[in-house]
Amino acid sequence: MSKETEKRGPKGGGGGFGPRGIGRPVDKAKDFKGTLKRLARYMGQYRWSLVIVFMATLLSTLFSILSPKILGQATTVLFDGMLSKLEGLPNAGVDLAAIGRILLVLSSVYVLSAIFSYIQQTVMVNVAQKTVYNMRKDINQKLARLPLKYYDTTSHGDTLSRFTNDVDVISQSLQQSVIEMMSSLISIIGVTIMMLTISPILTLLTAGMLPLSAGISAFIASRSQKFFVRQQNILGQLNGHVEETFTGHTIVKAYGLEHEAEEAFKEVNEELYANGWKAQFVSGTIMPLIRFVGNIGYVVIAVVGGVFVTQGTITIGNVQAFMQYSRQFGMPITQLASIANILQSTVAAAERVFELLDEEEEAADAPDAKALHEPKGKIGLHGVSFGYDADKPVLKDLNLDVHPDQLIAIVGPTGAGKTTLVNLLMRFYDVKQGTITFDDHNILDLTRSNLRTMFGMVLQDTWLFEGSIKENIAYGREGASDEEIFEAAKAAHVDHFIRTLPQGYDTVLTEDASSISQGQRQLLTIARAILADPVVLILDEATSSVDTRTERLIQEAMARLMEGRTSFVIAHRLSTILDADQILVMNHGEIIEQGTHQELLEQKGFYAELYNSQFVAALA
Amino acid sequence: MWRLRTYVKPYLATIVTVMALVFLEVMATLKLPDLMSDIVDQGIARGNIPLIWSTGGIMLAVALAGVLCAVAGNFLASRASTRFGRDLRFDIFSKVGKFAPREFNKFGTASLITRTTNDVQQVQQIFHMSMRMAMRAPLMAVGGVLMVVRKDSNLALILLGLIPVIGLVITYVIVKGVPLFKSLQKKLDRLNLVLREQLMGVRVIRAFDRGSREQERFDDSNRDLTETALKVNRLMVTLLPLLGLIVNFTNIVIIWFAARRIDLGAMQVGDLMAFLQYTMQVFMAVMMLSMIFVMLPRASASAERIIEVLDTEVSITDPKEPETIESNLGIVRFEDVTFSYPGAAKPVLSNITFTAHPGQTTAIIGGTGSGKSTILDLIPRFHDPEEGQITLDGVDIRSLTQRELRSRLGYVPQKAVLFSGTVASNIRGGKQDATDEEVMEAARVAQATEFIKERDDGYESYISQGGTNVSGGQKQRLSIARAVVRKPKVYLLDDTFSALDYKTDARLRTDLAKSAENATIIVVAQRVSTIFHADQIIVLDEGKIVGQGTHETLSRDCAVYQEIVASQFGEEAVS
Repeated sequence: MSKETEKRGPKGGGGGFGPRGIGRPVDKAKDFKGTLKRLARYMGQYRWSLVIVFMATLLSTLFSILSPKILGQATTVLFDGMLSKLEGLPNAGVDLAAIGRILLVLSSVYVLSAIFSYIQQTVMVNVAQKTVYNMRKDINQKLARLPLKYYDTTSHGDTLSRFTNDVDVISQSLQQSVIEMMSSLISIIGVTIMMLTISPILTLLTAGMLPLSAGISAFIASRSQKFFVRQQNILGQLNGHVEETFTGHTIVKAYGLEHEAEEAFKEVNEELYANGWKAQFVSGTIMPLIRFVGNIGYVVIAVVGGVFVTQGTITIGNVQAFMQYSRQFGMPITQLASIANILQSTVAAAERVFELLDEEEEAADAPDAKALHEPKGKIGLHGVSFGYDADKPVLKDLNLDVHPDQLIAIVGPTGAGKTTLVNLLMRFYDVKQGTITFDDHNILDLTRSNLRTMFGMVLQDTWLFEGSIKENIAYGREGASDEEIFEAAKAAHVDHFIRTLPQGYDTVLTEDASSISQGQRQLLTIARAILADPVVLILDEATSSVDTRTERLIQEAMARLMEGRTSFVIAHRLSTILDADQILVMNHGEIIEQGTHQELLEQKGFYAELYNSQFVAALA
Repeated sequence: MWRLRTYVKPYLATIVTVMALVFLEVMATLKLPDLMSDIVDQGIARGNIPLIWSTGGIMLAVALAGVLCAVAGNFLASRASTRFGRDLRFDIFSKVGKFAPREFNKFGTASLITRTTNDVQQVQQIFHMSMRMAMRAPLMAVGGVLMVVRKDSNLALILLGLIPVIGLVITYVIVKGVPLFKSLQKKLDRLNLVLREQLMGVRVIRAFDRGSREQERFDDSNRDLTETALKVNRLMVTLLPLLGLIVNFTNIVIIWFAARRIDLGAMQVGDLMAFLQYTMQVFMAVMMLSMIFVMLPRASASAERIIEVLDTEVSITDPKEPETIESNLGIVRFEDVTFSYPGAAKPVLSNITFTAHPGQTTAIIGGTGSGKSTILDLIPRFHDPEEGQITLDGVDIRSLTQRELRSRLGYVPQKAVLFSGTVASNIRGGKQDATDEEVMEAARVAQATEFIKERDDGYESYISQGGTNVSGGQKQRLSIARAVVRKPKVYLLDDTFSALDYKTDARLRTDLAKSAENATIIVVAQRVSTIFHADQIIVLDEGKIVGQGTHETLSRDCAVYQEIVASQFGEEAVS
């Protein structure tokens, strides 16, 4: 199985340090409103925490809005004191007692604002982390309830991307954007009120600057978005080229194609540069321009406010406060613009997560489902028809009676048919027409877990997880003792090999387990099946990537495993086929012939032809 | 990181210019509060309205100059840093192209891809940032302090005291935070691994009914991750309110002392207002700088990884004075060749001696790990033997240039590799200037004509990256055609026919034998049935030649060969 590409595309990283989100392409949700509501519901259990966050944000923002005004009072007192000295009045000087009082009030306002800001952040962190914790948990539990159909039809990359990227986006934005959004809204309202109380005319002038900065942001954002989309595409091309050149490294060398590869790389690399610096430049220009607009506002307030002070219509402290307000006013507005983008991609991410959580689940076991305690291994298929798509039947009206301990060989060219039978027997998929019985019980009436523990499965696609060899074998049966594990490994002819490893049974298999060969992996899975001691065995004999000696070991281990059990074998060996009690010949996903070797040869059908053309030819 | 200085060198002039521009921008920014204090102290206090207006005009001009400097600096920095990234990326790509498999495998494909793309991006990013922000922050801090000292040197002390306090707080957070971030990343990887295993192994998990165990494994990882994430984030969210508080209290202290000085007539209110703004700017500058410090460890790790690639010595190089081959026959001879992979305890090949002649097929057979494929890989010099030598037409292959040597070989690996492009462009990989006729002839020999014709665009049909839109057998045939089109003197076929059905296999063999009449064919085989007719069969066992001869002689004399035959005969694959 090849490694999945988990990324939904190369991550942005082309640079640009503008306000977050501005100028980047945005992902849009299909049903924005519905998903947003659902996300809110999903977080419903934290509603009290969110109320606390809201209250804390409100208070913290209010206090921080209050502080410039108080600071301004201090400045006014100082200025009056200075003026009185300039004018040479008696007792001229600064009213230090007043200053002290003001500073005391100011200190408490600062402290309160900081405390509430800390509370708001801490509570939100908890909410955000617990929400994504639950979300991951829900996804995982959901995956456990999904039918195999989901796994077979959805790429792992897609599922992983929902699990990693999308959940990550949600967590990031819960942690930051929710608070930013609240405090921005409160700030805009609060600051506007404060500004209006100081001077409606100055407020009007400041508001006049808004369309200017909004216009600049919008203009640059739309241009930079274009560059970023292009950059994303070129980066994708570049990655593709690098990936294929590196993957085909030996071929590139063997055919002396280094130069061609370099030329092609140069071309894309050049294009990346030509577009990349523009993206970087344009997005990096947003901040200076916004700062510039802010400075214009600053100058306007200083000048107009100054004139007003000389006319005595406004105090100097209020001008100072107003300057701070005008900054506090501009910031949340630019922030809101980027938050809108973030909100959109968050909802889009949430929508993808919810889509996964909404996938149709496997039907639960019937409430009166039975468990067999002394299974014999008698299996019957009666009139079974099945297709993954309703209009494309894979199995048609299949009948089969297998007695305990019989060997059933499944033969035929590669196709969906052979695995389909396995899928049905183990109830990875449920039959829609006809019945399958296990010891004369309809398998739909048994619990899935009971049914599956009666089967053992050794497939070509070996699955080992990151853990020690011992743990991997012990996977076959919960609570197996070390002795039993060693016995199973011996029976699978893999004990000796394991003991030659430096850490023996404690050797940790890495993700792709490159430390051991394909054949040894297969032996490990056989040991696992031996330990599980199933009543019915499903085996895939294919051992294409294994050398002849290991292959022989595997054969022997498999033969031992099959003794005294009902076995379904996807057969690749003549000896197995000759020994089989029944042979199922499959072609184009259908069972076209069924019988013993002798019977099938006499039919002179597909099997006979297959047998003659392949075995006889190979032996010629 | 220093090692990358050669890549920065071409931009020294740019860097200096950007620094100058940033300096001007900072000066402009710092000048504004200064001018504002004039408005307050000279204009407002004295009721001089014309002065207020004219100073306002100057402020606008200064602000405009500042923004122009910023935009110009950004322009230069953007160009320089992306160009730096481009050059670095190209050099890595080109260096990897020179790697022999030994170096290549030391890193692995995935890691090399990351190094060429993401890591370069990281370093490029930090280069850009350091040019603009890293310069800005110290300049702002120094400039701000200077301005303050000019206004009132006593009060400046307070501001000077602020910087180390903020520095300490940020350092504390970084020191505590960075290891937490690292462990967070590890735990995230771990959780993803668990999920990926569950996706891949769903059939096994369900077959053994071990869903609940997997659930527990997942829950453990998830809980572990969340705990660390909470720790990290709690630390981070303490930072901002705390820093804000520090700065605000500094302001209060400044106002208190300033009030006393104003009372004494030693200071003016406008100065105080400017002073407060400087405090803010210095604070912002230090914050920005700390952002770079957060990014620095990541970028420096990326730089390390890049340098590692650039500094890797290529193990296979061309000789200084290459020889050329006079005759053009294709006689391949191994003389007492011993080879081990780096780090391996035992040699994979020991004392291999044989000759492969033109017009003949030499087959190599043996178990996995017996060294079959390694023999093949030694011929194009993917590795060099430790002892002994390999000759082509009597010349040691190490005294040829790699290009010359490889131009005579037609290498077909076990796992077919195709490149994105068309069917024809893939076949032309073997010979850039092949005519259409040559391409078609190669396709015919490789038994590829039929399926190529079935495709809508024939030879111009699109092949996707990695050849994912053609089947395994088709890939293999195109990969063979690529070798055939160059009419090599020596064919190196590594278990090439494994994905082909019996009939195609047989036809391909016949056609190839005709087409490659005078060529030397060396083939590594799994199935005995495919090498009956080889002129020479070499049987390998654990890196040693244990038999050499024809099918008949080996069937009689060679125990290992007999064992291989016995294990395959009568049990040949049905599917």
